[in-house]
Amino acid sequence: MSIPSQDNAIQSGRLMRALIYTLLIFFVLYYLLPLWVMVSNSLKTLDEIHGGDMLAPPRAITFEPWKAAWSTTQVGVEATGLRPYFLNSILMVVPAVLISTFLGALNGYVLTKWSFRGANLVFGLMLLACFIPFQIVLIPMARILGMLGLAGTIPGLVMVHTVYGLGFTTLFFRNYYAAFPTELVRAAQIDGASFFQVFWRILVPSSGPIFVVTIIWQFTNVWNDFLFGASFSSYDSTPITVALNNLVNSSTGVKEYNVHFAGAILAALPTLVVYIVSGRYFVRGLMAGAVKG
Amino acid sequence: MRDRLQDWVPRIVLAPSFAAVLLFVYGFILYTGWLSMTNSRMLPNNDFIGLANYVKLFGLKHWNIALVNLAIFGTLYILISSVLGLFLAILLDQQIRNEGFIRTVYLYPMAISFIVTGVAWKWFLDPGIGLQNTMHKWGWESFEFTWIKDSDMAIYTIVIAAIWQSSGYVMAMFLAGLRGVDNEIIKAAQVDGASGVLIYRRIIIPMMRPVFLSAFVVLTHLAIKSYDLVVAMTGGGPGRATEMPATFMYSYTFTRNQMGVGASSAIIMLVMIFSIIIPYLYSEIRAGADRR
Amino acid sequence: MKLRLALKATASAIVLCAAAPLAQAEEVEVLHWWTSGGEAAALNVLKENLEAKGVTWQDMPVAGGSGVEAMTVLRSRVTSGNPPTAVQMLGFDIKDWAAEGFLGDLSDLAAEEGWAEVVPPALQEFSKFDDKWIAAPVNVHSTNWMWINKEALDAAGGAAPTTWEELIAVLDKMKENGIIPLAHGGQPWQDGTIFDSVVLGLGDDFYKAAIIEQNPEALSSEQMVEAFKRMEVLRGYFDDNFSGRDWNLASAMVINGEAGMQAMGDWAKGEFLRAEQVPGEDFVCIRFPGTQGSVLFNSDQFAMFDVSEDKVAAQKLMASAVMDPAFQVAFNTVKGSVPARTDISDEAFDDCGKKGMADLAEAAANGTLQGSMAHGHGASSNIKSAIFDVVTAHLNGEYSAEDAAEELAAAVEAAQ
Repeated sequence: MSIPSQDNAIQSGRLMRALIYTLLIFFVLYYLLPLWVMVSNSLKTLDEIHGGDMLAPPRAITFEPWKAAWSTTQVGVEATGLRPYFLNSILMVVPAVLISTFLGALNGYVLTKWSFRGANLVFGLMLLACFIPFQIVLIPMARILGMLGLAGTIPGLVMVHTVYGLGFTTLFFRNYYAAFPTELVRAAQIDGASFFQVFWRILVPSSGPIFVVTIIWQFTNVWNDFLFGASFSSYDSTPITVALNNLVNSSTGVKEYNVHFAGAILAALPTLVVYIVSGRYFVRGLMAGAVKG
Repeated sequence: MRDRLQDWVPRIVLAPSFAAVLLFVYGFILYTGWLSMTNSRMLPNNDFIGLANYVKLFGLKHWNIALVNLAIFGTLYILISSVLGLFLAILLDQQIRNEGFIRTVYLYPMAISFIVTGVAWKWFLDPGIGLQNTMHKWGWESFEFTWIKDSDMAIYTIVIAAIWQSSGYVMAMFLAGLRGVDNEIIKAAQVDGASGVLIYRRIIIPMMRPVFLSAFVVLTHLAIKSYDLVVAMTGGGPGRATEMPATFMYSYTFTRNQMGVGASSAIIMLVMIFSIIIPYLYSEIRAGADRR
Repeated sequence: MKLRLALKATASAIVLCAAAPLAQAEEVEVLHWWTSGGEAAALNVLKENLEAKGVTWQDMPVAGGSGVEAMTVLRSRVTSGNPPTAVQMLGFDIKDWAAEGFLGDLSDLAAEEGWAEVVPPALQEFSKFDDKWIAAPVNVHSTNWMWINKEALDAAGGAAPTTWEELIAVLDKMKENGIIPLAHGGQPWQDGTIFDSVVLGLGDDFYKAAIIEQNPEALSSEQMVEAFKRMEVLRGYFDDNFSGRDWNLASAMVINGEAGMQAMGDWAKGEFLRAEQVPGEDFVCIRFPGTQGSVLFNSDQFAMFDVSEDKVAAQKLMASAVMDPAFQVAFNTVKGSVPARTDISDEAFDDCGKKGMADLAEAAANGTLQGSMAHGHGASSNIKSAIFDVVTAHLNGEYSAEDAAEELAAAVEAAQ
């Protein structure tokens, strides 16, 4: 694979390697177990599920639950499946991720290359913002969204996710840019490059890895968010997680577990794809600075 | 004039983000602080009652259970996730075939929310339909795994699921750290005849200190906020055995119509979070400043 | 490109402005938690009825915890100054929102359509506030039901129990026959549902004094100790894995004969019908033994919020459509509940539904129709939660029956 694998590997005997592979495979099974439960049950009929054994593979595979979850099952009064809610989530996630990542990059740039008195305090305060429990902001945030006229709209959700993503994006870029040679920046300035020219021409082109890490992190968090999505959306801006919850969490309705599992996997597909496709860049991006204090 | 303007550009660029954080984080914390001293029930009101909510809070058995659970959960979760993450990273760093596949498998749980996996975990842990049942069907009749139904053990099932979710992420962080270790150091140690285990113990793991700290911050933040996995897996049960501060706060604020008490529990949570994070941030930012 | 977009936007804005007065903009936004399966499909009938009258339905479903999530969302919507037109609500929540002054007034419509004559007074308690109609009731669920597997019952003697003692005899027999006698899911609201029935089994007056009036003496009385003792007895008939189980899975155990019976509200019928079971042939529905003649209810209502003038007309149309007898039949036959108005023929309902309607009318006439605590109609939500805490803790073995009664009185007092 394309990760620059160094020769850290300690020379070891055959027995040792067998042990290592055994352990690795054991943990592969551990991590795959819930996914197995979900996939195998999503391919069973409901009768088979009620029959008992949840861990067994399906006796006869049926794809009906998947079709139902995608396009025909009841979500709210309309039998639309999860399909329409995908678009809402995408309309929310894309701008929220791009804006918060871009602002994080600018903030990181300012905090490391244009440091000023109090910059550390500013950074500290922004970083602490990562750690507040989101439940406490629901009521005051609702009031502010109402005042701004953004209540129940996708722009409102974009704003909320951008604000609460800033702490982490700023942290990632600050740590990355801290390791970036300041001499290059100074040299460009002497050549007459402005604040933004330095950013666009010198920092951004070499920020690939950290953009990947930040975008993955933000994409995952925003896509999977339920609390804000439920509280600040409206009939025409409901994101996929809220629709999924509506599908699986009804209190007194009949539960079609196979459809629920199929829906759950569908709702998770975008984030899964992002991790699978860009997983290797993710580790490389972490290497490039995000994990260094 | 142009130079003066240039001086201000960076600050102007930073200002909107900083202002947003001041308002939406610190402003809201102050507001919550105020609410915690009011008699708010279903909706906020401004009926000041001093510290009565805090007195009430610490008299509640639930809150004490929640704090004890957080202590158990937090300690085990952070410890095991870090150790397991490091262990897996070391294993994966031994030039493994199919490393890309294995790494993706370890990492994917972070991509999925607990609304999705909660039911699968709940079923898997349920003795009647999950692992225990399967083992019995395979002929291992004496196999017993009933933790999720046991008030004393249920909290540990939450730990298992939580570790499942985030240990892969920690693994990725350590793997990145390991890949960043200078090869020459290891070669030199090998020339000196040090064994593999020794090299890891004495040289490589101590170099992972910054990764440990980053992992610690990420894990602490996840531990204290852990809400949806408890709701999805046990709903706080059996009884109230798996109540956590985040579920406590939510239920008092939004379902029990005791918003004042809920707000006071939020403030206590914030105090706990900040007392862990601030010293860390302080030392990190100081150290960063020294490096430059 | 940009120019074209701008032109387009302007053009459509002009069209919108021109069209607005014609289209009347009749729409209702409805927050509810009937989010999946048959019950959501049943609600679609209401949507279609309204659309036939030119009212657009904007659907805002939020599932989770019998409306708990929806109530959180509602707080956020109201705080932002943008409440939905109508919100599905249970019992005391309606009163709380009315007391805060957020609900509208349907009194004109109610008078015109004569709601007061057809809605049982016990329901009106929650549909009216200060003598103003604020909500339109959709259904009446009843919680003191038992669902029994017919085959298992036949094997245990065949006679449906009518008293506590007979119930125990049947449960013992089922245990001997090697099945799980009582299928139960250990979640606070399910524990509370059984507790409701057990308390009611000790007398209507006792239920009223202890649960509705929260009389401290009744809460810590000998009778309450007896109620907790009965809970312990019932606990002995659960399987080991009851805690945390969804009620649907408990129903499934009864359906496939693994368990003998389940104490659950009438929504459980939906699970039996979906499994193509026939009432009377495959399963039997009875009142919780010892509570015949009494009905514990919960009623889903659409509370109507105080919305701007231009939305009131649509809101009233919706309230009227909810009370329409045809809709009440169409919805409740699917949902397992019975209509909220008592002047409707039971023709379209199955045996259990017919029994439910007859019981409701009888209980309403005799004054034995009382609100279910576990479902938000017996006490406000803080007291309900406090009772759940004790009942669940006791059921999980934390208290003896005597301590539980003491604890209950203390917890209820602390929550007030």
